[in-house]
Amino acid sequence: MAASFIELKDLSKSYLSRAGNQEVLTDLNLSINEGEFVALMGPSGSGKSTLMNIIGCLDLPTSGIYLLNGTDVGSLDYDEQAILRNNTIGFIFQGFNLLPRATLEKNVMLPLVYARVGKEERHDRARVLLEKVGLGNRLLAMPNEISGGEQQRVAIARALANNPKLILADEPTGNLDSGSGRVIMDIFTELNKEGITIFLVTHELNIASYAKRQIKLLDGKIVQDEATKGANQ
Amino acid sequence: MIEALLTEVWQALVVNRLRTFLTMLGMMIGVGAVVMMVAIGEGVQDSINEMISSMGSNLLVVLSGSATSSGGMKMGMGATPTLTKADAEAVTELPQVVAVSPLVYGTAQIVYGSNNWSTMVVGVTPSYFDIRDWPVEEGTIFTDADIRSATRVALIGKTVAKSLFGDEDPVGKIIRIKQNPYFVVGLLSAKGQSLDGRDNDDAIFVPVTTAQLKLFGTKFKGTIRLFIVQANSVEALTELISPITELLRERHHLSINVENDFNVQNLTALANVAVKAAKLLSLMLGAIASISLVVGGIGIMNIMLVSVTERTREIGIRASIGALRRDILLQFLLEAVVISLVGCMIGVVIGIGGAFLVNKISGLNVIISLQSVLLAFLVAGGVGIFFGYYPARKAAYLKPIDALRYQ
Repeated sequence: MAASFIELKDLSKSYLSRAGNQEVLTDLNLSINEGEFVALMGPSGSGKSTLMNIIGCLDLPTSGIYLLNGTDVGSLDYDEQAILRNNTIGFIFQGFNLLPRATLEKNVMLPLVYARVGKEERHDRARVLLEKVGLGNRLLAMPNEISGGEQQRVAIARALANNPKLILADEPTGNLDSGSGRVIMDIFTELNKEGITIFLVTHELNIASYAKRQIKLLDGKIVQDEATKGANQ
Repeated sequence: MIEALLTEVWQALVVNRLRTFLTMLGMMIGVGAVVMMVAIGEGVQDSINEMISSMGSNLLVVLSGSATSSGGMKMGMGATPTLTKADAEAVTELPQVVAVSPLVYGTAQIVYGSNNWSTMVVGVTPSYFDIRDWPVEEGTIFTDADIRSATRVALIGKTVAKSLFGDEDPVGKIIRIKQNPYFVVGLLSAKGQSLDGRDNDDAIFVPVTTAQLKLFGTKFKGTIRLFIVQANSVEALTELISPITELLRERHHLSINVENDFNVQNLTALANVAVKAAKLLSLMLGAIASISLVVGGIGIMNIMLVSVTERTREIGIRASIGALRRDILLQFLLEAVVISLVGCMIGVVIGIGGAFLVNKISGLNVIISLQSVLLAFLVAGGVGIFFGYYPARKAAYLKPIDALRYQ
């Protein structure tokens, strides 16, 4: 049998701090298949952000192996990891992380610039993506001119620019009112139906209930891993 | 890719207008100073070269004087007339000598009609104009016959002609020098400034004999102030000094323990010293101005370091989206280079303007060469890359996760 899309084997992560060596993640084993919709839950300090950063190729484990789509991420250098992030992963952050001085269109085009996509195609793709998230008429607006929910939709459009297989969302609704949050989660559900793997980090139960699989993390260990109905039923 | 990067760079610079301008100001001043100083330096060199070529080539000057008077008082060069026209003629016979012209000069009042002008009157032989490569613009040069019979003829310089005659044609007119009438046989072409800053054209030339006998009656008959010798090559100049000295000592009956009562000077060697000094001057001006360029570069580095720290989060976002190390490096490097090149452009304009201003105010000759402008751009680009590289590298080597977490 082929390896899963995401495969963690005996993965540990520790930080050196003044208090000594702190282990944040301990001997994690986890497999996620392509097309899953996973919610990672747990209290603050349980290690969920660290795990997400490792899965997102933004950070490396101290020990253990992380395979993404069959590639050993630990063996890649800076640029190879960057290329992997660019064409396989789309990030959604709690604070949106749009470039404040660039128009919505420019923000969405940025991953395409780094993917060396031509100028005309960049514009076309950005327009299509912004239309898809309902902002097709705000191409030249600046991020500070639109609401938080709209900013998060721009961030989703940006995450989708290079047709990623995996969307990593870190508390995507944390800064939004419940109405905007529902819109965002509906988009994720829709994307998951299109076959994109969604990995969601949250501590809100009703947000996690959109996922089809819930993983609970406590003190760096997986304490619960169960399938759910999903789609906030 | 590169055009998307350039628009981003441009936007980042425009957003921080004031900061960008102040950073550029360092480069503007640096480049402006270099361009202006080099223009002045090259202008000085050019003026000196022109003066030297106007002086004539391969020249020695023999001055009379350096004799001790009966009271034991030493006199300056040329103060005691020890040389004679015959000495000059004797030197003509030496090998490697092309031409010799004796000089007797003094100041006199010149009158034409109701105009008068006080100027230098110089007695020379016709060969003087060959030696100095100084043709007439109109009329003719006086002849050896004029020398023999000490006729009252004159060649006048451009400046004198203008002051006395205005727009009138001076050739064929009669002027008065020290009350006596002189026939103007020719008008000399313009010669410009001499090495010591005098106007070459503010002079009148008469036959040397006329000057001796009729204008500046000297105590000793037939004496001259100095004579100039033209050699057939630059090398001959140094080789000629000792034969001339020996010949003159013999003619003046100087015994071995008596000092020379004349002095031989190599004008071409003196001129070369002046050229070297001018070159050194422009080199030094350029070097001092370059220091401000380095200071400007440090300003760029400083601001880029601040910019990288301020935009740490932006760098993190770019990295998470998939920017390669060289993408981030290039972005910050380009910002530094754009600042320095735009600063350089404005600096070149300021430098050229400043040079012209110096020319207007002081009358100093300035030359703006294309090379110095190109060099300024090359150096400015280099400064941008050199001082922008470290901050850009710092940005490119941030860990994505640390950059993203930066508040």
